Amino acid sequence: MKLRTFKKGIHLEEYKEFSCDKKIEQMPLPKQVYIPLQQHIGAPCEPLVKKGDTVKTGQVIGRSSAYVSAPVHASITGVVKAVDKFFHPLGMRVEMVHIERTGDEDDWELLSIPENWEKAPRVELIKLINDAGIVGMGGAAFPTHVKLNPPTDKKIDSFILNGVECEPYLTSDHRLMVEHTDQILAGMNIIMSILNVENGYIGIENNKPDAIEMMSKRVKELGYSFLVVPLEVKYPQGAEKMLIESVLRRRVPAGGLPMDVGVVVNNVATAKAVADAVLEGKSLVERVTTVTGDGIVNPKNLLTRIGTPFNDLVEFCGGAKDETTMVFMGGPMMGQAQYDLSVPVIKATGGIVCNTSKMITMVKHFPCIHCGACVDACPMYLLPTQLAKLTEHKKYEEAEKLGIQNCIECGSCAFSCPAHIPLVQWLRVGKMRVSELKHKQKAS
Amino acid sequence: MEKNEITASDQAAEASETPKKKAPAPKPKKDPRDHLYKPKGRPLTMSSSPYSQTKDNVPKIMWCVSLALTPAVIGAVIFFGLKAVYMISISILAAMATEWIITRIRRKPNTLDDGSAFLTGLLLALTLPPTFPVSGCVLGSVFAIALGKQIFGGLGCNIFNPALLGRAFLQASFPVKMTTWVLPRYADMNAYTGSVSPDAITGATPLGLLKYEKIFTDLKPLFIGNVGGSLGETSALAILAGGIFLLILRHADWRIPVGFLGSVAIFGGIFWMVDPATYPSPLFHLLSGGLLLGAFFMATDMVTSPITIKGTWIYSIGAGLILVIIRLFGGLPEGVMYSILLMNGLTPLINRLTRPKFFGEARA
Repeated sequence: MKLRTFKKGIHLEEYKEFSCDKKIEQMPLPKQVYIPLQQHIGAPCEPLVKKGDTVKTGQVIGRSSAYVSAPVHASITGVVKAVDKFFHPLGMRVEMVHIERTGDEDDWELLSIPENWEKAPRVELIKLINDAGIVGMGGAAFPTHVKLNPPTDKKIDSFILNGVECEPYLTSDHRLMVEHTDQILAGMNIIMSILNVENGYIGIENNKPDAIEMMSKRVKELGYSFLVVPLEVKYPQGAEKMLIESVLRRRVPAGGLPMDVGVVVNNVATAKAVADAVLEGKSLVERVTTVTGDGIVNPKNLLTRIGTPFNDLVEFCGGAKDETTMVFMGGPMMGQAQYDLSVPVIKATGGIVCNTSKMITMVKHFPCIHCGACVDACPMYLLPTQLAKLTEHKKYEEAEKLGIQNCIECGSCAFSCPAHIPLVQWLRVGKMRVSELKHKQKAS
Repeated sequence: MEKNEITASDQAAEASETPKKKAPAPKPKKDPRDHLYKPKGRPLTMSSSPYSQTKDNVPKIMWCVSLALTPAVIGAVIFFGLKAVYMISISILAAMATEWIITRIRRKPNTLDDGSAFLTGLLLALTLPPTFPVSGCVLGSVFAIALGKQIFGGLGCNIFNPALLGRAFLQASFPVKMTTWVLPRYADMNAYTGSVSPDAITGATPLGLLKYEKIFTDLKPLFIGNVGGSLGETSALAILAGGIFLLILRHADWRIPVGFLGSVAIFGGIFWMVDPATYPSPLFHLLSGGLLLGAFFMATDMVTSPITIKGTWIYSIGAGLILVIIRLFGGLPEGVMYSILLMNGLTPLINRLTRPKFFGEARA
């Protein structure tokens, strides 16, 4: 059978064997956590606690009145030591709540949940999901309640659950699908009834046969009507727009959102978080994170509290080898290099990868030879080499005309460039400058 | 802001102290970088993603193309003897020397190791007739590198294929020497049909014979290569072997040879079907002259061919069409060089006009 897929894209070494067979382990409660008040796309939260306050697990400690935002919760029971700026894994100093654990107890402050969610009004469920602080856990961290509440003029007819996990190394979603199948399916069911859609698809890359089998089996046994769709192993299969094309053969218009073609996409970890919130009243205070890479002694998939410093996770996995030269959060294609392992796990931390110099090499740049490898790779049909050159020469207006704002920053171009030109890096700069320019034009 | 200032001054104070003894006293303000994770004292490497990269690189591509030309070089030596060795090695040396001198003058890093100068010299030599003087090879190589490539800014910046530009220069400067041919050592005199005079055959390539004498050449010697012609272009067998190697390694876009050869076969075939007595068969078109060498090694030059898929088709089919027109109706017997150079010149325009619709773009 020919697997569904999208056009272009690249094939990567997977390196998933480090951790794909390791069961999810519960991390012991951390001594202290640093909880960033901004972990999502949208407005940052205002702190609701101050130094010296005692907090319970699941207690709201930050909230914003903006619509596109999600509250943050304390992830352990303890005392607030400080509300100050600390280093964030995305590379800046962000206001965080530093909580130190007191004793061994783990008192949960649960959300009030409806007795029977199926009878609860839709608005109430969306509010519950918002209160639980649920954001997209695949990496972008877009507040989920916004996705679940599309404008009324957009008719949503399909929901896709994203279990693709196309980034190399990461296996947290894979393990979730194998070990927490029922919760994920329950979460998907809840999301679908909130959206009031009939067609549910679960997209999984074909390199996870056990997950495909497990999900199909439970879907059948639990009597859901979801369709499990095995997909070709190709990067960036998990990108929202690519996934929609692969599964439904629909193309999201340039500059548009999935809802423009009647689709909502959510990650499997998000679906599980929704089930935890709606069925058990648990706010989003923990997530599964893969700690892996050839620099880690024992790669593992860990269930960890949000705010746990990276150091704790790395040490729990036996520590990093001396040869480790690079640590990044997320996968190698779109992740973020870290210079300090005191940064905390955030809601979007799918993995922590420690690599030795064997995996990370310094490369020499060559001039562009117009081979077109980046053009063949770009899943958005852009001309990365031209856009990079235009950015380099500060011709932002022309770059905008050539569609630089459509770039999804997947990194396929930079990966495939034989001249090792930092293409996606230039494109990121270009995108930033173009949007600055637009802001300026709007202001004047 | 205040915090930062304090940290900065702390650092300055720390730096000014000699590191004779480590101060055991607790610092008044903790340096936020104290607990940085430093395996073996080295800080972690920082960079922007992606952290994974293809194993291909530019020198590898260039050297692979040169490697793929090995069968053609061997063919040249078999058919034309030691003269071929002289011409090829002198061309390469001249090209590399020019590249080195110009990079020195431009105060740029040495670029000899990327293999592009080597390739240019090699390709240029393979397109020259075996009787061509060695000093002319030097001149051609110098022109190809200096005015074909470096004057535009070096590798990747040139508009025209440097080797072909060098050959065009030689063609314009020494038209007689560039069209004086000898038969290879193992030439098969039975291969020529029509009114054969031995003088005519020693002085021309199969395409020249066709154009000026209306003599058709058999396909078998054309395929093996024991006919008159430039050093590396006579043997279709050798070029195909190298060309297929390149396509398998994906160091050449398969669309270019397919489009180029296909359009020559189709356009040439149309005329052949109209009048087989006057016009040669498509197979003759494909196997004669420099077409195969051009289609596999010249037109596929990444620098001077379009980057878009649609553009690549336009480029290759256009080159084929121009070639057939030159061969059948032009003043010259062969047109591979000019057809490719013309399409090279159009490449920036083709790129601009064939930009793919971006994902989800609505364009009228």
